[in-house]
Amino acid sequence: MNFDFSDDQKFLKTEARKFLDANCSTAKVRKVLDDEKVAYDAALWKAVAAQGWLGAAIPEEHGGLGLGHLELCVIAEELGRVVAPIPFASTVYFLAEAVMLAGSDAQKAALLPRIAAGEIIGCVATSEGPGVLTAAALQSSVTGGKLSGTKLPVTDGDIATHALVIAKENGQPGLFLVDLSGGVTREALQTLDPTRDAAKLTFAGAPADRLGAPGEGFALLEQVTDRAAVLLSFEQCGGADRCLEMAKAYAMERYAFGRVIASYQAIKHKLADIYIKNELARSNAYYGAWALNTSAPELPVAASAARIAASEAFWFASKENIQTHGGIGFTWEIDAHLYYRRSRQLSLVAGAPRVWKERLISHLERRNAA
Amino acid sequence: MDFNDTPEEAAYRTQAKAWLEANAPKRDGGGDVEGANADYMPASRAWQAKKAAAGYACITWPKEWGGQGGNPIQQVIFNQEEARYPIPPNPFTIGLGMCVPTVATFADADTKARFVGPALRGEEIWCQLFSEPSGGSDVAAARTKAVRVDDGSGDWIIDGQKVWTTGAQFSNFGIVVTRTDTDAPKHKGMTMFWVDMSDPGIEVRPIHQMSGGSGFNEVFFTGVRVKDSQRLGAVNDGWKVSLVTLMNERLAVGGASGAGWSQFMEAARGITGVDGRPALKDQALREKLADWYVQAEGLKHTRNRTMTALSRGQTPGPESSIGKVVAATQMQDLGNEALEMLDQYGIISDPELAPLRGAFHASVMSSPGLRIAGGTDEILKNIIAERVLGLPGDIRVDKDVAFKDLPTGR
Repeated sequence: MNFDFSDDQKFLKTEARKFLDANCSTAKVRKVLDDEKVAYDAALWKAVAAQGWLGAAIPEEHGGLGLGHLELCVIAEELGRVVAPIPFASTVYFLAEAVMLAGSDAQKAALLPRIAAGEIIGCVATSEGPGVLTAAALQSSVTGGKLSGTKLPVTDGDIATHALVIAKENGQPGLFLVDLSGGVTREALQTLDPTRDAAKLTFAGAPADRLGAPGEGFALLEQVTDRAAVLLSFEQCGGADRCLEMAKAYAMERYAFGRVIASYQAIKHKLADIYIKNELARSNAYYGAWALNTSAPELPVAASAARIAASEAFWFASKENIQTHGGIGFTWEIDAHLYYRRSRQLSLVAGAPRVWKERLISHLERRNAA
Repeated sequence: MDFNDTPEEAAYRTQAKAWLEANAPKRDGGGDVEGANADYMPASRAWQAKKAAAGYACITWPKEWGGQGGNPIQQVIFNQEEARYPIPPNPFTIGLGMCVPTVATFADADTKARFVGPALRGEEIWCQLFSEPSGGSDVAAARTKAVRVDDGSGDWIIDGQKVWTTGAQFSNFGIVVTRTDTDAPKHKGMTMFWVDMSDPGIEVRPIHQMSGGSGFNEVFFTGVRVKDSQRLGAVNDGWKVSLVTLMNERLAVGGASGAGWSQFMEAARGITGVDGRPALKDQALREKLADWYVQAEGLKHTRNRTMTALSRGQTPGPESSIGKVVAATQMQDLGNEALEMLDQYGIISDPELAPLRGAFHASVMSSPGLRIAGGTDEILKNIIAERVLGLPGDIRVDKDVAFKDLPTGR
């Protein structure tokens, strides 16, 4: 039994934390939060690319570090801890994973080295409006290699160079790589988490290059999203743990009725409840990491469990962190709302927990019936 | 990251498997350690003796005690393999996991030599006499008195009452924490002894639990005379001794018992839901199922993390402290949802009529006990808050006050 990260991976984690402490303070996150014109921290993005993180899981032959997904999980957790305002998830968990999973040799050669080098920013464009996207409701379409339709919200859609888009082609759903240098109009959207901007993309003849076979769109998207979900669950674990640290630190220094509030059971039990959810999320995330790294057949179930547990843990930790702070926690100045916002962003960006619960039970139903 | 044994662990597993295949019972003899009768006892003793003879009874104990001098992961591996066989109930864990190690730590060499072997072989059973009507979570509130006899013998007389004593009805010996100085603060006036449960001054009365079972007992001490040589640790140092007992509590690496998410899912396939379709198609139930699955998986993989620490020779981290809080609450919620899924039929607990021979009903009726036994939900959350997160202890009103002056309610 070796259900833990290796010493090398733990070293990478320590180094990543040091790097982000130096390069991604909340003061820097707030610059993206407070300035409507700033969509992401471009300097951090460059620095992260220079660290090689964008290509951590990309094979060396395609310009990456060729480390593996466990290393990427470790980095993801640290990015989540500091609510990093960069398009890392869109570019690395979605675009790079999709290309590695289903790309042709030409597609891999064209995109992966540029992703690893930080020359490409990705985004994933699936949603077309309120509610869960289904094949029947899908409107966007590709004809003769040209995409038309409207997608919203698209996280990082305002800054991306390439999009992963689900659209119909000859009536069948497909997953497409779309170069955003032409044939698209972008409109910034007001969102809950301004540290991760989103846009409405209107396509009018943007060049679309299909990934995988025709008609495979949703199946492929599910596989990509399973992979992204594991990585996102590490970001969520990192954020949830940071919330617990913030709540604890505040409770230990805040006095009420003559004693620190951390000595009241109402607060102690609240923090214990956060800890329990965080540990359950972490253990599920670890299993997801194992399944992702080994491409195990259990991946869809493991990814679902990781995502459900991590979404629940981060939401709970972020809201109870504010509650532990009391009135000051409701102010703009205190960082608690950065995590509260990010918890919503991360829970929704790859499909809401309810959708994942249904997917999980569908998988288990089939598995148990077999 | 993998789920494989190390080469050493694999070798140990192979050896344990071979021994179990040659020696373990192949047919289930029935019996429940929570039950009032002990019909299973001869089979339990026989299996324990067999394991002891081969060194498998307490693998981590030193060889001179009859163990293998092994490490905790070897014990876990053996437990995993042993669980594949229909082994009889194990009434020896409290003795071997908590009482005997305490005796071995604090008693003289002769006493140790007298007790270790018979306990290991299942010939003698031990119980732990800590909880009292006046203190369950608050063990240091014990009022059972031990008073030195005024005849120069050094003997002590014990009077009082213990409660929630698992297995007292068939125990040969017990360790009992007593009050020896009521002028001292509560933690500084307690003394530990071992006692012979066959003493005529000790009366054991099974407790009739709300679940119908009788796994626990009340134990009354009336003028029980014990020798000073039965004392474990110094006079008035019993609190420290009891901490050693509690630290020896075995790592619970086993899973939660009772019907879980997969049993619920199977039941839900065949039961009509609110809209006439199978209950398994009910979206509300599907979401609950997903939550239970995710919790159960979280606990399972938390145990895997604990095992990893053990495998590396490390002390498991605080993650191992969350198991019972989560499992007991889930058992209660899941059992109740299963009953509600049955609609009006849910009130029927008759095993001939209820799904899974009434397993969901059993969960509903036994889970309140599980949420209390071995540390209530509230005490466990205090432990997480204080020992894991490092939050301050409660402001205590009982620490520096003479025990006799403490308010007791009634």
